[in-house]
Amino acid sequence: MKILVAVKRVIDYNVQIRVKEDGSGVVTDNVKMSTNPPDDNAIEEAVKIKEAGKAKEIVAITIGEEKAQETVRKALAVGADRGIHVKVDNVIEPLAVSKILKKIVEKENPDLVFMGKQAIDDDCNQTGQMLAALLNWPQATFASKIEVKDNVLEVTREIDEGLETIEVNVPAIVTCDLRLNEPRYASLPNIMKAKKKPIEQLNASDLGVDINPRIEQIKVEEPPKRKAGIKVASVEELVQKLKNEAKVI
Amino acid sequence: MSVLLIAEHNNKEVRPFTYNAITAASQINEDLHVLVLGHQADDVAKSLSEVPNVKKVIHVDNEIYENYIAENYTAAIIKHAESYSHIVSSANTFGKNLMPRIAALLDTSQVSDIIKVISEDTFLRPIYAGNAFATVKSNDKKKCVTIRPTSFDPADKSGGSAEITKSDPAEASSSTKFLKKEEVKSDRPELGTARIVISGGRGMQNGENFKLISDIADKLNAAIGASRAAVDAGYITNDHQVGQTGKVVVPDLYIAVGISGAIQHLAGMKESKVIVAINKDGEAPIFSVADYGLEADLFEALPQFLSELNKLNTIQK
Ligand SMILES: Cc1cc2nc3c(=O)[nH]c(=O)nc-3n(C[C@H](O)[C@H](O)[C@H](O)COP(=O)(O)OP(=O)(O)OC[C@H]3O[C@@H](n4cnc5c(N)ncnc54)[C@H](O)[C@@H]3O)c2cc1C
Ligand SMILES: Nc1ncnc2c1ncn2[C@@H]1O[C@H](COP(=O)(O)O)[C@@H](O)[C@H]1O
Repeated sequence: MKILVAVKRVIDYNVQIRVKEDGSGVVTDNVKMSTNPPDDNAIEEAVKIKEAGKAKEIVAITIGEEKAQETVRKALAVGADRGIHVKVDNVIEPLAVSKILKKIVEKENPDLVFMGKQAIDDDCNQTGQMLAALLNWPQATFASKIEVKDNVLEVTREIDEGLETIEVNVPAIVTCDLRLNEPRYASLPNIMKAKKKPIEQLNASDLGVDINPRIEQIKVEEPPKRKAGIKVASVEELVQKLKNEAKVI
Repeated sequence: MSVLLIAEHNNKEVRPFTYNAITAASQINEDLHVLVLGHQADDVAKSLSEVPNVKKVIHVDNEIYENYIAENYTAAIIKHAESYSHIVSSANTFGKNLMPRIAALLDTSQVSDIIKVISEDTFLRPIYAGNAFATVKSNDKKKCVTIRPTSFDPADKSGGSAEITKSDPAEASSSTKFLKKEEVKSDRPELGTARIVISGGRGMQNGENFKLISDIADKLNAAIGASRAAVDAGYITNDHQVGQTGKVVVPDLYIAVGISGAIQHLAGMKESKVIVAINKDGEAPIFSVADYGLEADLFEALPQFLSELNKLNTIQK
């Protein structure tokens, strides 16, 4: 089997987000960037499947500016075999990302595409489902467990009511939850080895897909701040306040 | 043109967030139609026809819609999409799984998780775990929108009498099979709609200690929440997780116990009306959003809390 894994470069989850004063977006200059966290789980799962002898090749792909390559490099250090970087200069929407991924899938013919369930910058939670639709493939979203059985996958999905298990035929798209596995750290020798692994570079414009945004971002602002609260000295005081001041119990 | 809302239900009852989505959808356009895809879900169609905001219910009955297979749902929805300007659903795991599949086939860029309808094409939505709000305008002809249910009040449930029309199913997908659902049943209010939520974090140390929380939940008729760390550690099941990658809750009272207040957790609860934090670390970031902070060891504070509650002669339900 061949597995394609989509990894996105985003502002690191520990960074305190700051909104730009002109309302045009959030500050990204000199801000720590990392792989979107669930995309690390997607890579990890692919590597585990390969280690179990059930996959032959893992290709990591990112779509983004020049530096997005670092994200692919990291995937290579963890165990992906080769990388693809589709260069775009501006922020692109999940619909456009999924159209680019579709082109790559048609070229690479993977059996599975693994992705994160949600990018922590746009919080869209769309790309995997969109790609599945465009390819007319089955989708298994929010996966917290994957079992590979010949030509089907049994996937446990995290849903609001609890857990759901579905079976999808290969080829399929899986979007991963953080609970799917524990991503490993790349060892130094593997980081060195990854430098020699190939990364193919393409331009989005060469793929013939329309990536123009359909959604205009009119403004970005800070959410309203909560007004400062107080510390109470005892449980007794807390209960009195909840009863008589806040009147919520 | 009209708005089409995709109902979430369990074939017997309408799931509560559908009512919140109805409110948002009818703010986009008052000519709101609801699509019920289900198996023997006549009661669901009937309930929705009684919602005053709903102008028409389209009911498709087939066993392939018994469970939420996004592939099967999508095929049926696309058949109806032609006549609508907007297709909407709740931004919970139901709508998140489904809507992008529809949007891609309609070649529409979806607007996810809106918290406010500004006009037919312009919406407010949180990004970066709620650390920024974006005002976005969709320039697509047809719009696919998911709604953050807790940002809209539920619609009135009775008084209306919309017509119910039956429609034919679409083809089923042969590549996806539902196997099972492990639903955690409880008599407590649902996390998403409860008036009071009490949540435990890594500070609880283990699953047994959640009894301290559930005793208080019983007393207050509250739902139980948790941080991702508590779920990851196996103290409690995933359906309790509050946050950026869990559920968003906006109760009247949110009590965070042994939770540090990482931004990903705050993303799911900081709109709550009153927030209480119980934490032994006075510097924990959760205190920065708490209306009432109690710096204390939870293993002492929770039993005391319960006994103080027991002393009250009335508790609001
Ligand atoms: C992409 C991504 C998405 C995420 N999504 C979510 C999400 O949806 N929801 C979520 O919750 N997290 C999420 N997280 C995880 C988040 O970053 C934090 O790791 C998590 O919220 C921490 O949980 P916690 O507060 O229970 O644990 P900790 O941060 O370990 O805090 C435990 C707290 O308990 C207190 N404590 C310990 N013992 C006691 C005691 N005896 N009495 C009183 N207080 C005590 C400590 O002082 C501490 O403040 C996400 C992370 C990432 C990277
Ligand atoms: N620019 C991108 N490059 C590579 N993968 C992406 C990109 N955007 C989104 N993805 C993938 O799609 C998932 C969901 O993203 P989103 O739909 O934006 O929440 C991410 O976790 C990635 O796996």
